[in-house]
Amino acid sequence: MYRYDEFDATMVAERAAQFRGQVARRLSGELTEDEFKPLRLMNGLYLQLHAYMLRVAVPYGTLSSRQMRKLAHIARTYDKGYGHFTTRQNIQFNWPALVDVPDILDELASVEMHAIQTSGNCIRNVTSDQYAGAAAGEVEDPRIWSEVIRQWSTFHPEFSFLPRKFKIAVTASDTDRAAVKVHDIGLRIHKNAQGEIGFEVIVGGGLGRTPYIGHTIRNFLPKAHLLSYLEAILRVYNLEGRRDNLYKARIKILLNVEGAEKFATMVEKEWAAIRDSDVDLPAEEIARIRDYFALPDFEDLSATDDAFEKARTKDKDFARWVRINTAAHKRSGYSIVNISLKPVSGIPGDISDTQMEAVAGIAEQYSFDEIRATHEQNLVLPHVRQDDLYAVWKALDAHGLATANIGLVSDIIACPGLDYCALANTRSIPIAQRISERFAALGGEEEIGELKIKISGCINACGHHHVGHIGILGVDKKGEEFYQITLGGSGAEDASIGEIVGRGLSSGDVVDAVEQLVQFYLKTRQNKERFLDTYRRLGAEPFKEALYAAA
Amino acid sequence: MKAVTGNRLCDGAVVYLKDDDQWTVHIAEAAPFQNDDSEAVLKAAQTRVGEITEAYLIDIADDGAPSGRQALRETIRTAGPTVRVDLGVQAGGIR
Repeated sequence: MYRYDEFDATMVAERAAQFRGQVARRLSGELTEDEFKPLRLMNGLYLQLHAYMLRVAVPYGTLSSRQMRKLAHIARTYDKGYGHFTTRQNIQFNWPALVDVPDILDELASVEMHAIQTSGNCIRNVTSDQYAGAAAGEVEDPRIWSEVIRQWSTFHPEFSFLPRKFKIAVTASDTDRAAVKVHDIGLRIHKNAQGEIGFEVIVGGGLGRTPYIGHTIRNFLPKAHLLSYLEAILRVYNLEGRRDNLYKARIKILLNVEGAEKFATMVEKEWAAIRDSDVDLPAEEIARIRDYFALPDFEDLSATDDAFEKARTKDKDFARWVRINTAAHKRSGYSIVNISLKPVSGIPGDISDTQMEAVAGIAEQYSFDEIRATHEQNLVLPHVRQDDLYAVWKALDAHGLATANIGLVSDIIACPGLDYCALANTRSIPIAQRISERFAALGGEEEIGELKIKISGCINACGHHHVGHIGILGVDKKGEEFYQITLGGSGAEDASIGEIVGRGLSSGDVVDAVEQLVQFYLKTRQNKERFLDTYRRLGAEPFKEALYAAA
Repeated sequence: MKAVTGNRLCDGAVVYLKDDDQWTVHIAEAAPFQNDDSEAVLKAAQTRVGEITEAYLIDIADDGAPSGRQALRETIRTAGPTVRVDLGVQAGGIR
């Protein structure tokens, strides 16, 4: 089980104590807001529309039941009874009072949690595949390397004042659930022709106002050299990245100005100078970290279970949930269970304190005490026995957590938007709610198949609209909310940036527009191809016509 | 007309400057200022760093409601999330 060692525990406790002092000095007036703001941001504390917001790191989305219970306790005691899972596997509390934040950080530290690297121009929390350690076909557990990167990057003195924030994602499967091609650095663990395991290094992807798909600057990096190579990339960026213009400061701009080839040469040159220094971890240290992620004691189970099959035959709703919300596990007789945080009319990613406790209890009983958060704002129970699935489904359903819609049209990513966010131009959540209501009323979500809708309330693109099969971007026009549709994006292994299709739509028209697009797809698709594949086959024009024909 | 707004330092609640120079969470109680006077009032408010943070001016209509380009933002900001009407000032949850 993932754990913090004594160095981390000390570091986190010291940081919490330090912040307590800083808050006290701010409240006494000793520190001005200008002095305090960078300090609070280093501890994940933002000021949003209605209140402060605390973003808590969930490394690689991995949570224990104990940690989930602590989050529930914080939600109930210090906040308003809920939390919000974000598009980077973190959780946010929307209403903490500044005076309570030091206590909240102490509570978090007591379960090896914190808000470090959730804000500011540093290397942010590493994200990974939510199925890590469980996915059938995975090369190895990507969290081992995510943790190596975390230990290297936390409070790294050289990289604590980068030109801009820096996000790294790691995957180890052919199916990319970590969106590695739209990160500052994406690492894909794979086997080369010789059967050795290493990293494909993808640099310069990103969303925001200037979206880019990352470039592979190295096809195969031996594992032993990971940190020296990352350090070389960060050094080039730290030195050459722009600091004069906020909007041009990300590594994607540097890479695209220099060109991927030249950028790769710059990195290789820097790497040659440091690769044999002591940046890389010794093998025994990697082995120690690997032990943190040792798999639980699985039983040898047969691939099929009679009781499970019977329940599936008997209960259609259960069968549907199994089809849609579970995924293949690497061990026979086990399944990966997805918990949708997108009920009809719900707020994507929101979860109440009692639901958190329910998930903690179910994980404890049925999933070796493990829970994962996903960047698509859902949760995962990674290791559930097939013969327990029916009981798990029943238990989840009792708490409104058994919505069967993973990857379907109502499994929408939406940023908090203007309902909460100080940067937003428009609301996102109500659009997500109305789309989910529309398709619930129409029925046939499963028939429509995989369709990823992603909604952002401003150009910063926290809702990942650029990589939505259907992306929706809110824009403000003279104080009114309008929504721009993009089509054909993907954040997965077939990554692409969506294309804008025509003028913005009013808030009233946008749900109709999505329905028209889906109807057009259903009429024109071939052989059960996905929405995205139909779009790629036919191109933008016929979809544009379908979209604006009725208007 | 303008009103002075900011976030209360201790808890981040949205507040407005009243006639008596105190802060209120109710926009209806905000003191209206003529556009010409408002900058000076804001400057004075911004020095009260132990009470509030991020103070700025908003446009308000004669009835005291947010107006102008930022009306939607300021309406949500003063009331609470439109998707959680059980929370925020709109629900009487913040004083």
